[in-house]
Amino acid sequence: MIRYALGRMLAGIPVLWVVATLTFALLRFLPGGPFDKERSLPPEIMRNLERRYALDGTLGEQYVDYLVRLAHGDLGPSYKYVGRDVADILADSVPVSLALGAAAFALAVVGGIGLGLAAGARRDTAVDRAVALGSLVGVSAPSFVIGAGLILVFGLGLGWLPAGLWEGPLYAVLPACTLAALPMAYAAQLTRAQVVAVMDQDYVRTARALGVPEARVRRRHVLRNALLAVMTYFGPLLAILLTGSFVVEKIFAVPGMGRFFVTAVTNRDYPLVLGVTLVYAVLVVVANLIVDLAYAWLDPRIRVGNTER
Amino acid sequence: MTARGKIGAELVLSLALLALAGDRIAGYRFDAQDTAHALETPSRAHWFGCDALGRDLLARLCEGGRVSLVVAVGATALALAFGLVYGALAGWIGGRVDALLMRGVDVIYALPDVLVTVLLIEVLSAALAGLPDLWRRLAALALALGFAGFVGVARLVRALVLQAREETWVEAARASGAHPARILVRHVLPNIAAPLLVSAAFRIPAAILSESTLSFIGLGIQPPFSSWGTLASDGFEAMRSYPHLILFPCVAILCSLLGFHLLGEELRERLDPRDRP
Repeated sequence: MIRYALGRMLAGIPVLWVVATLTFALLRFLPGGPFDKERSLPPEIMRNLERRYALDGTLGEQYVDYLVRLAHGDLGPSYKYVGRDVADILADSVPVSLALGAAAFALAVVGGIGLGLAAGARRDTAVDRAVALGSLVGVSAPSFVIGAGLILVFGLGLGWLPAGLWEGPLYAVLPACTLAALPMAYAAQLTRAQVVAVMDQDYVRTARALGVPEARVRRRHVLRNALLAVMTYFGPLLAILLTGSFVVEKIFAVPGMGRFFVTAVTNRDYPLVLGVTLVYAVLVVVANLIVDLAYAWLDPRIRVGNTER
Repeated sequence: MTARGKIGAELVLSLALLALAGDRIAGYRFDAQDTAHALETPSRAHWFGCDALGRDLLARLCEGGRVSLVVAVGATALALAFGLVYGALAGWIGGRVDALLMRGVDVIYALPDVLVTVLLIEVLSAALAGLPDLWRRLAALALALGFAGFVGVARLVRALVLQAREETWVEAARASGAHPARILVRHVLPNIAAPLLVSAAFRIPAAILSESTLSFIGLGIQPPFSSWGTLASDGFEAMRSYPHLILFPCVAILCSLLGFHLLGEELRERLDPRDRP
């Protein structure tokens, strides 16, 4: 298991290298340099600026330079936030994004599975139909529509919760709900479908025929087998949370890295864009690894060690 | 057709009609300013009210819908075309070609797709500098979103082709001396068309969602042009005082997404034998 985990982590390194290279290449294709938007500067000052930010070499030199510094954990200075390193900015913003993402993840998993179980166990009742309708809206609605709705009702209308900024736990409620809406709805649909499918399995009928109490059948046989399929959705779920964080952080003015990425792209703040992209890639690699390990742990039929050559 | 499918079809058709007949229904041009009516709430003259420059919101929704639908349909068509060729080649040829092509897909899959889409939009709109502004932006968005979607299509097509290869009718065609390319185009592709169509039906709302989201955060369609996403974004700024400005764009987006989802589910139930009980 440990060998497998280590191997998977090492396999993530080429992925990160590809991400870094692609992002570097894409960004250098963009027209205009990072200092184009300011007043036109005298050529000698431009040269100094370019030297300061290591933009004076050929593209190849810049690339090699970038990779070497990256290997040392140096992400370089930000172009727009003068005097701040990218690593600094990320150190401030990544924890915010992670906190928001963790809250949304917990909400999506607990809420989604709970609703799905409730609906699946009471097939074709009012509960089932209500969950079906709610999750259809949740799957379809863009997060900014949900976010705007929550702000209108709970922020501006009722005044119960703050509608923006990031100054305490209360401030996380609306953004986390917005971010969790889509994965929660999807998890509910998936769980319901799985529960319904598992309930019809022979082993459930056998357990019932043997006189196993209904509560125990549900817990031991239905829940465990249904959750297994839902687990496979956790990987894509994490991706949805990462993707959603851009919009949600923008809507609620949360100072996380998604918001920095959006402004960094429009500002052509190359190092910051590269830094955020790399952090996202690391998160994706780690998240997929965790999902695979958790899956193997839940389902004894899968032995991760066997996949090794 | 089930009630669900009917509602979906009606929603999609009425929105398409609205986007096509836009200005005529509203009675105003989408860019006609009338500052005397700025920020007006819905009335008989302006059914959905007016924005900060006194432009009729209904006319702007129709225009925005046109942009959103063109991008979504374009992105879906591109994703299908690329994904079909890519996946079919990988699955049909197999062996080393398959391994290589799928390795590429795995790498793209590992990249965070919003980041790639955002960067691609910027690069593509710079690369397409020769086109008129609106078309440049539309093409860049459709291409970038199509690229984001093609990976999924390629995987699906490959899996379907791999499955079909083992069928007896492929063997029969091969035994009767048909050229492999002919078997692929005339026998395999028509047989996997149904699940592909279903996936396309779900790809359109996904593209509408991506486009409106990107436009909402200012990275998709940009002023002076508008899509449902930019209209919602404008409305969001003024939400506190003029909630109608965000309400109508959001309802339009929601209706289109719901409509396409319902239609997709109807299609899936009819066409995709894997989901039949």
